[in-house]
Amino acid sequence: MANLVYLVPLFPLLGFLINGLGWKKLPKAAGGVIGSLSVLASFIVSLGIFFEVKSASFQGPVLVHLFDFIQAGKLYVPFTFQVDALSSLFLLIITGVGFLIHVYSTSYMRDDEGMVKYFAYLNLFVFSMLLLVLGANYLVMFIGWEGVGLCSYLLIGFWFKNKDYTNAAKKAFVMNRIGDLGFLVGMLLILFNYGTLSYQEFFGQLNGGKVVMTGNMYNWMAICLFIGAIGKSAQIPLYTWLPDAMAGPTPVSALIHAATMVTAGIYMIARSSALYNLAPLALNIVAIIGLATALLGATIAIKQYDIKKVLAYSTVSQLGFMFLALGVGAYTTAVFHVMTHAFFKALLFLGAGSVIHAMGGEQDIRRMGGIGKHMRITQITFLIACLAISGIPGFSGFFSKDEILSAAYVHSPILYYIGAFAAMLTAFYMFRLYFLTFTGIFRGTEEEKHHLHESPAAITIPLIVLAILSVIGGYVGLPEAMSEHNDIALYLSPVVKNFGDFHLAAGTEWMLMGISVGLAVLMIIVAYSRTKRPNFVPNTGFAKVLENKWYVDELYDAVIVRPFEAFSNLLDKYAERLGIDGFVNGVGKTVRWGSDRLRLLQNGQVGFYIFVMVLGMIILFALSFFWIKL
Amino acid sequence: MILVLLIVIPLLAGILSFSVKNDGAKVLALIGSLITLGISGYLCSSSGTAPITWSVPWIPSLGTQFSLAADGMSAMLCLLTSIVFVIVIISSWNKTFEKPNSFWGLMMLSQTGLLGVFLAYDALVFYVFWEVALIPVYFLASRWGGEKRIQATFKFFVYTFVGSLMMLAGIIFLAQQNPGGSNYSWLSIVHAGASLPPATQQWLFWLIFIAFAIKMPIFPFHTWQPDTYEQSPTPVTIILSALMVKMGLFAVLRWLFPALPAGVAFWSDTIVVLSIIGIVYASCIAMVQTDMKRLVAYSSIAHMGLMSAAAFSSTNIGMHGIMVQMFNHGINITGMWLIVSMVENRWGTRDMTKLGGMASVAPRMAIAFVIISLANIALPLTNGFVGEFMLFNGIFQGASDYHITFMVIAGLGVILGAVYTLNMIQKTTYGNTVEMIVTKDLTVNEYIGVAIVIALIIFLGVYPKPLLDLTSGIAGMLVP
Repeated sequence: MANLVYLVPLFPLLGFLINGLGWKKLPKAAGGVIGSLSVLASFIVSLGIFFEVKSASFQGPVLVHLFDFIQAGKLYVPFTFQVDALSSLFLLIITGVGFLIHVYSTSYMRDDEGMVKYFAYLNLFVFSMLLLVLGANYLVMFIGWEGVGLCSYLLIGFWFKNKDYTNAAKKAFVMNRIGDLGFLVGMLLILFNYGTLSYQEFFGQLNGGKVVMTGNMYNWMAICLFIGAIGKSAQIPLYTWLPDAMAGPTPVSALIHAATMVTAGIYMIARSSALYNLAPLALNIVAIIGLATALLGATIAIKQYDIKKVLAYSTVSQLGFMFLALGVGAYTTAVFHVMTHAFFKALLFLGAGSVIHAMGGEQDIRRMGGIGKHMRITQITFLIACLAISGIPGFSGFFSKDEILSAAYVHSPILYYIGAFAAMLTAFYMFRLYFLTFTGIFRGTEEEKHHLHESPAAITIPLIVLAILSVIGGYVGLPEAMSEHNDIALYLSPVVKNFGDFHLAAGTEWMLMGISVGLAVLMIIVAYSRTKRPNFVPNTGFAKVLENKWYVDELYDAVIVRPFEAFSNLLDKYAERLGIDGFVNGVGKTVRWGSDRLRLLQNGQVGFYIFVMVLGMIILFALSFFWIKL
Repeated sequence: MILVLLIVIPLLAGILSFSVKNDGAKVLALIGSLITLGISGYLCSSSGTAPITWSVPWIPSLGTQFSLAADGMSAMLCLLTSIVFVIVIISSWNKTFEKPNSFWGLMMLSQTGLLGVFLAYDALVFYVFWEVALIPVYFLASRWGGEKRIQATFKFFVYTFVGSLMMLAGIIFLAQQNPGGSNYSWLSIVHAGASLPPATQQWLFWLIFIAFAIKMPIFPFHTWQPDTYEQSPTPVTIILSALMVKMGLFAVLRWLFPALPAGVAFWSDTIVVLSIIGIVYASCIAMVQTDMKRLVAYSSIAHMGLMSAAAFSSTNIGMHGIMVQMFNHGINITGMWLIVSMVENRWGTRDMTKLGGMASVAPRMAIAFVIISLANIALPLTNGFVGEFMLFNGIFQGASDYHITFMVIAGLGVILGAVYTLNMIQKTTYGNTVEMIVTKDLTVNEYIGVAIVIALIIFLGVYPKPLLDLTSGIAGMLVP
């Protein structure tokens, strides 16, 4: 089965080609069916691959060579796929969650005239993400890496008549590109030092110690790659594109935030664990940036009123947790959280989409309330997701988040305390969102109230499936205190080597768990009491700063964007037109003036040019003759 | 013999064009270009391994022979030239030019000159073809160009004329160095140049290089370019930007590098710095342009800057990247101009502040535009990527002490390129629809032209091997 891995990206590619070429002629329904089936087919193949990799007889990674991509002198980059534990797990997440999002979209996008085009983009998105995780070298990863950037650009700006949306799309692409430059430099460093981009050869040399670098060089390589991850996975300082990215259709947000795209950075660092294990400084930077982002995202989320914005900042924050895990060297834990997060974050976004649909496009939670009565399935599944993300025992998020926090504790208790604080905020803002949306009294118009309804099966079934996964998904990674086997860590262990040991005494572990669960429950109660009788007075002071996202967008605008534009304008006006061009024109004018004089001696312009040419040649001949004599 | 055919056929087509009436010239040009395309294709398939040469005595008293040679680089550029000409002719099939016979006649003469430049194996032959390629362009632009064409072409003329004369002086000087009397053959020139003392090579370098630097163009010798591109009719703009700029780079690789190795080594850091300044500088200026043609012109300056930075970093991978990128840049910028001219036809303006909504009214055109733009910013799996990756590699592995700094600053072009290209798409393609003069999506002939471009973008982006194999020999010769 692993040898057939090329089928996995092939199906979505075919789906993209059919929908992309037939966007004018295909009926809408056909576009949806083709799009969804292609991802389903990939999922089935991925399942087969997963079980093969899981079986005891599986020996090491399977490399499937497709063709030689670049062969130039010493540079050899084949287009090769690599099947191992890490890639096979990501295949399942991408195609599984991706498929549910496709199914959901068939109903959600039903009334949009661009539906076939939408599915073409969606398939291309999945295809790119699959390339990203399947590549057997950094360049193939980079192809997928930029590919998902493109697809997010196309989908965020899907409703291209709205300028704000296309601005958001552009912002996403450009911020990703800034990160991509880091990735590019990282690749060139690896290539320069090790002469290869293939994982097998590069990690083999790292582990075998064939080319030993100074510690600085390891750190530089790791940091450059991490800059790529910062852009793609929306970490400080390049996170501001992600909240704006919700300009796209809601299922796209689910795809970007859960199954694809933002998890790429985590994948990349987990994949490069052999390198990061040699680069402790880089790891510390990863941990600090991750933790800071986790905190920043959580603080902003507590004061947002747009249902999707709350979720977007929650993603920023959760990604921060994953980087914290990577930074302390617990790579498998980060991957575990990627998986559980994919389930509950997809569920949250799809649930939000269901609400927005029922509300006729309204996204402001101040105008919602008591919606649960009208849409029970959406309410219950959403509640499950909230419990999961808040880390309530029994739900998937509990296991993965607990593992991150205890790994952080082993590394340094300070990391744990800050992380636990951010996790506490998570429980608060999620339940603030839940209570304001689903419970209490409806605060919208009568007309909107009349319109409230549960969504059709194509929407609710994916919600139910994801809700089930959000519950059971955590049991593959039980904490040490509860069980001797952490299945997911074991599964990934041949590929991903954690940095250090995260063993804790059982008592400490129970205690840490107790603290975080206690805090979460407390926060749920606080959120309930504060939203029971909501009155939305305009925020002042610190709350206003949070509502305005710490004014980071404004800051970037004032410090980077506008000065840069002004600088470019100055260059255009003065250096280019007045300076260089002015000089050239001056010369031109002088020549022209001279030619006007000379023309008096000649019959016409052409004659003049020939004259000058001949004169010049004679002079030059003479000069060269003269030089030779010297 | 095949090399002579390659030059004679466009020449004949050009001369005949002057004498036929109206549309005949167009047909003649197309037939001529298709035949050259066929021959170039054959050349590519057979010149990969050993160069093909051909030579007859020309002016023995001066020590010059009419000799031609085709290696991988020449074959690749001849192929590019003939593909671009075919695309240009097809996509402007419906356009009516005043005096079409002179227009197409001059175009074909220019093609003759271009092919001659790429094939010349004798410095004087090279110089003559260099002028043969440029002079028709001068007439084309000044006769069929836009409002300010006289000013623009005058500037173009002054620039190139100054450059050409200095180059000629340099060539003559080199030819005189031959111990057995003046000799212009490539071998003799290279031998003469390389045995000059370094100090001489250092000043001689500028005498010859200025012409090429203007043609590429390298900052700060570039200001003729935006004006000329803006004022020329689209077919001429395409010839200038897709092909003529390659003459400069080609000449650097074919003549300057082998002939003046010490001069090149001495000045290479300077040129790399200038090129990199050019990348950032041109990208910044492209960001604030409102005229599509000027934006594309500055974008092209930035791209050429990257190529010349890689050239003067003197690494094998960089040289190989240049070969690939010369071809791909030619294809992409051709596509860019095609779209720009379609926009101008339909909306009557190139001012981006007055455009919008192409995706709503002309979706096919919009899709093509987006794909070509993505190739312009070197998205992976488009043809722009492979070359750019190799170029960055080349700069990165360069011998200079500052090689990593150079690469990182050059890399800023990657980000800035995305900014201005996506700005252009946003302003022209998205948003509310601006009323058009002619409401029409792609016509059949435009469709064919754009389709060839896109097919090449994707094919060479996914499978660059043919291009890489064709040029690996010459890249290895330049820098092993």
